[in-house]
Amino acid sequence: MSVITTTDPDALAPPSVDRPSRGREVKNAVATVLMWVAFAIAVIPLVWVLWTVVTKGYDLLLQPGWWTHSQQGITIRHQGGGAYHAIIGTLLQALVCGAISVPIGIMTAVYLVEYGRGRFARLVSFMVDILTGVPSIVAALFVYAVWVTTFGFDRVGFAVSLALVLLMIPVIVRSTEEMLKLVPNELREASYALGVPTWKTIMRIVLPTAFTGIVTGVLLGLARVMGETAPLLILGPYAKSINTNLFSGFQAALPTMIYQDRTESLAPAVARTWAAALTLIIVVLVLNLAGRLVARRFRVRG
Amino acid sequence: MAQRIDVKDLNVYYGSFKAVEDVAMTVEARSVTAFIGPSGCGKSTFLRTLNRMHELIPGATVQGKVELNGRDLYNKDVDPVAVRRVVGMVFQRPNPFPTMTIFDNVAAGLRLNGQKDKKKLAEVVERSLRGANLWEEVKDRLNKPGAGLSGGQQQRLCIARAIAVQPQVLLMDEPCSALDPISTLAIEDLIAELKSDYTIVIVTHNMQQAARVSDRTAFFNLAATGKPGRLIEIDDTPKIFSNPTEKATEDYISGRFG
Repeated sequence: MSVITTTDPDALAPPSVDRPSRGREVKNAVATVLMWVAFAIAVIPLVWVLWTVVTKGYDLLLQPGWWTHSQQGITIRHQGGGAYHAIIGTLLQALVCGAISVPIGIMTAVYLVEYGRGRFARLVSFMVDILTGVPSIVAALFVYAVWVTTFGFDRVGFAVSLALVLLMIPVIVRSTEEMLKLVPNELREASYALGVPTWKTIMRIVLPTAFTGIVTGVLLGLARVMGETAPLLILGPYAKSINTNLFSGFQAALPTMIYQDRTESLAPAVARTWAAALTLIIVVLVLNLAGRLVARRFRVRG
Repeated sequence: MAQRIDVKDLNVYYGSFKAVEDVAMTVEARSVTAFIGPSGCGKSTFLRTLNRMHELIPGATVQGKVELNGRDLYNKDVDPVAVRRVVGMVFQRPNPFPTMTIFDNVAAGLRLNGQKDKKKLAEVVERSLRGANLWEEVKDRLNKPGAGLSGGQQQRLCIARAIAVQPQVLLMDEPCSALDPISTLAIEDLIAELKSDYTIVIVTHNMQQAARVSDRTAFFNLAATGKPGRLIEIDDTPKIFSNPTEKATEDYISGRFG
């Protein structure tokens, strides 16, 4: 056996147990300061935005009519009316978008994790990556080209939902994929060893185990699409009155309500802008909390 | 109910790499057979061919015959999923289903295969838990999560789950290696009881365990790293541990390598 020769004398000395040197302590202090500064830079804008929106928007939200009335008959000079039409519009569009994109997204993720092995699976994965990067306005233009120009349909709430589907699917596929990969393989093996076929293993063992994570991914996707404005600008012109029909007539949504009132400079309109913004944040928050409560029932224990 | 297994000319591959070569053996009904051998010699790989779990790994293949009471499990008209209902398996680390209660865990095999009758399920769950020596400890908390038990209890839960579907054969892949000595003793006692109803094959790293628990022992070995594992010798346990035929077996038993 040959002796390893080295020219580094410290390599042979035993490690020291002395306290760190002065230089090391300075480096430690600098790094700590940098870390806190970075944290502050990240958190301060968030807090500032929230603070601004809450302080400027809360008083209109406390009016009883805000949550039940639309803007029908209200001009930019008037106060009054509410955001009900916009809330309903946003929720309906998001619901329809979710109803379409969640099954597609989850099944794609199941294919990629549980079944896909060859070139086709890699292609699908690549396509999902591309979809992740598609700007919202491009997705909106695509739906416009198909829905309005090619098929000749009107610009309605459903068209907005379709554009949102394109934006939501990649979010769901990626997060569901991660959650499915986190399910230990031992659980699948335990199920196979009982003579349970693959599809049933996925439906009854794997998906329930990953359920909480999948719900979180869906909520994140919904939060993203509910704030997307470009599809609304192209496919969903604003209307002041309540419209619950996704297939006919213009339908209001919170982002377009914000946009609409933003372009005015009179006080009542400005107040409504902030109030609508706060409403949107609250709607997303409530959805988030509701989803987590549902997911908690299925939470993995132990 | 328990059946005998005949293995003929079995070769096991991971892709193009041959992991286990030319195995031929007989496992008698209602007996306990232990597989021993050094790490990496293919015991677990071979075990997993007995219930067609090996082929679930992408690229893994098996050549040869595994006959359960005369019927070749690798025949084209045999459904691999059905094989796994007949040949059950318990794994090294306890793996109860985390989203299910204790009751649901034991009933899982039946429920997922279509059994819905509540009374029948309750009967089977009680019978399996008694069979696994776990009933007294959990009968008052059957609707608590399965993952809330200790390691030894979880493993007995997995055994209960495996025997609930009433397989002919029970394969156990190092079932006690993740457990403390007391739990290990409980499971070894359990194996001795289960022997009267099931054919049991157990892979173990612990030679003393093999000596305690099994009727027959099979010794596997590798010629060298990178070479396939082979079955060196299979015989009655007392003979293997006192007077083996092959020198390699004797070297392993007496600790000269392994």
